[in-house]
Amino acid sequence: MDHSSQKGFFSFIIDAIRWNLSGGVGYWFFLLILAGFMGSGVYSYSVQFREGLSATGMNNIVSWGLYISNFTFLVGVAAAAVMLILPAYVFHDPDFHRVVIIGEGVAVGALVMCLSFITVDLGGPLKVWHLIPGIGLFNWPSSILAWDVIVLNGYLLLNTLVPCYILYCHYKGLPADERKYRPFVFLSIFWAVSIHMVTAFLYQGLPARPFWNNPLLGPRFLASAFAAGPALIALVLAVIDSTTSFKIDSKLFNKLRLIIVIAAVINLIMLFSEVFKEFYTQTHHSLSAVYLFFGLDGHDALVPWIWTAVAMNITATLVLALYPGGRPKVLLPALVLLFFGIWIEKGMGLIVPGLIPSPMGEVVDYSPTWVEINITLGILALGIFVVTWLIRPAIRVEERYETIRKSDVPV
Amino acid sequence: MGVPKKDEYRAVDDFVGRILSRKNDRRSFLKGAVVTGSALALSGCGNGLPGMGEESVLAWQEFFKANYRLMTETEKRDTVTRLEKLARIRQGIDVRISTREPRENVLFGYGFNISRCEGYMDCVAACVKENNVDRRSKTQYIRIFEMEHGKMNVDAGDGKYFHEVPVDGHFYMGVQCFQCENPPCVKACPTKATWQEPDGIVVVDYDWCIGCRYCMAACPYWGRRFNWNDPEVPSSEITRRQHYLGNRMRSRGVMEKCTFCIQRSREGRNTACVEACPTGSRVFGNLLDPDSEIRFVLAHKKVFRMKEELGTEPKFWYFMD
Repeated sequence: MDHSSQKGFFSFIIDAIRWNLSGGVGYWFFLLILAGFMGSGVYSYSVQFREGLSATGMNNIVSWGLYISNFTFLVGVAAAAVMLILPAYVFHDPDFHRVVIIGEGVAVGALVMCLSFITVDLGGPLKVWHLIPGIGLFNWPSSILAWDVIVLNGYLLLNTLVPCYILYCHYKGLPADERKYRPFVFLSIFWAVSIHMVTAFLYQGLPARPFWNNPLLGPRFLASAFAAGPALIALVLAVIDSTTSFKIDSKLFNKLRLIIVIAAVINLIMLFSEVFKEFYTQTHHSLSAVYLFFGLDGHDALVPWIWTAVAMNITATLVLALYPGGRPKVLLPALVLLFFGIWIEKGMGLIVPGLIPSPMGEVVDYSPTWVEINITLGILALGIFVVTWLIRPAIRVEERYETIRKSDVPV
Repeated sequence: MGVPKKDEYRAVDDFVGRILSRKNDRRSFLKGAVVTGSALALSGCGNGLPGMGEESVLAWQEFFKANYRLMTETEKRDTVTRLEKLARIRQGIDVRISTREPRENVLFGYGFNISRCEGYMDCVAACVKENNVDRRSKTQYIRIFEMEHGKMNVDAGDGKYFHEVPVDGHFYMGVQCFQCENPPCVKACPTKATWQEPDGIVVVDYDWCIGCRYCMAACPYWGRRFNWNDPEVPSSEITRRQHYLGNRMRSRGVMEKCTFCIQRSREGRNTACVEACPTGSRVFGNLLDPDSEIRFVLAHKKVFRMKEELGTEPKFWYFMD
């Protein structure tokens, strides 16, 4: 067999690429679609790069739009990997341990998307080196954005290195040395919470924006992340289960379901608490919420979206909680519903109304342009591509390692 | 009007004293930043690549320059020379870009008389002209809100009126960057591209700003403007007396704002808006000078500031006759 321990890191990378370049017609068709979206994203970005951000629907009042909305949501997806890491490495749950690498792959993909969204949102993307301590000037610890740069890149590093080490060991047919990676795993657990709290603090720390300046924002970010993230991971696992030989135990789906339900219920309670505060005694600071849920001064672009999101959230949470018949058939649509419900609520439903009305009381609507939508789709395609290319070789290595271990046991 | 009472002066002095004591902390902090920044090794980026035209070489060198606050005197001179050359190449005009430092014992403050303003918006036009603000996007630093009597919140005002003024039963309230003493925008900036100068003006290093717009979200007064497109000003209309931190031409993708006309105020002149105001509603001056008009206003008029509960300490007071 070719799994000798002499194989170096270089051949590990080469093999990973080789495996990713081999696949059936369906796989290539899938890659072609992703390439199409990425290509149109790159083209649209070239338009935005030439014309400036005036190619987007943003303006001096709604100065953050689709990009930052998606960034915010995807930070949550990245953080949610901790919901697999925690039971896998800390509680040594064998079901979670088997798939934790997939959760980490999803987290890396989400982080790549986050950083891409930030980059395309910048007015001067070529000047990002101004952020690099040493050659640039980093406003740390004062600026929460500076904190966010640190925590996001740190989390990306942690979530790349730990799985990379484990996979490399397994690739060589050796067990990974837990003493080596365990400290980093613990660090990544705290780090996961911190990426989402820091991202929430970005908004929460602005008294200029009453809609965001709310102590519940951070905890709510976590709750919604721990619902939407595992929902996405469960969907990815379902895809893997149905398209590869790597089979996932149905017990695992049930465990994930419990995590998701608890997080979704906490999220809904906090949403209700916010809605109560905004509408029971409607103050001047409630105008953003009024704009979001009912429209303001004849502007109501977000109203249908938020009610759709609320309906999706509640329906999905009920279905997941009651789990009628215990059949996975109802589970998957509910997960899709929950994922998209939270995406709307925490993306556009959180960022855009925070900026409306303007601090001077002006109300405008925001709708993204095609350039913005194409770039967004391109980045999402990039994320899916990264996840695919990380998970495919990972599964291959893990499967092979499982068979090696089984054959080794009797010896 | 009578002689100002002593304790009225003391109240202003207290305020000024508070500001000054804070200022010292900031200076020592800045000194630290300068030391760290001297490690910058960007000067070695050469004269561009072979085969580049003069404009590209200048733009290339501009790209690698440091944050304004970390530049040595020579570096400041060099960048000004380059920018002036670029203006000649790009706009075909001779501009003069100053890097004049703040004067000792000057802290700028502003007063706005809401019982006098009649909403003519001459200030807005003068500001756009003076500060070389983009004409294409119709960017304006100053907003004038037409307010119905009985209301004091700009939220209730009309900032887009287009009719003969003044209108009966209304008053007018001007809003611009308030040059807060405790500016949330400065705190937000991840690259230290915006800061408060010792004379109290909050400035932006246009070439250091990466355009993340976090400062814009942090400003409770809507005091900042972003260059969504390449700013366009007809060459014949460009104000040629410029300041590095003020009205020099900006580029696409960077933040800009009112700087109390830093190119004028540092030379001891009034801001363009004050000069243009036909009703004398605008007062500008040195808060540290007990004989200045702004100090007179603070001592003798009933003044208030916008959204004081946020603790931003604007250096912009509204008052009534």
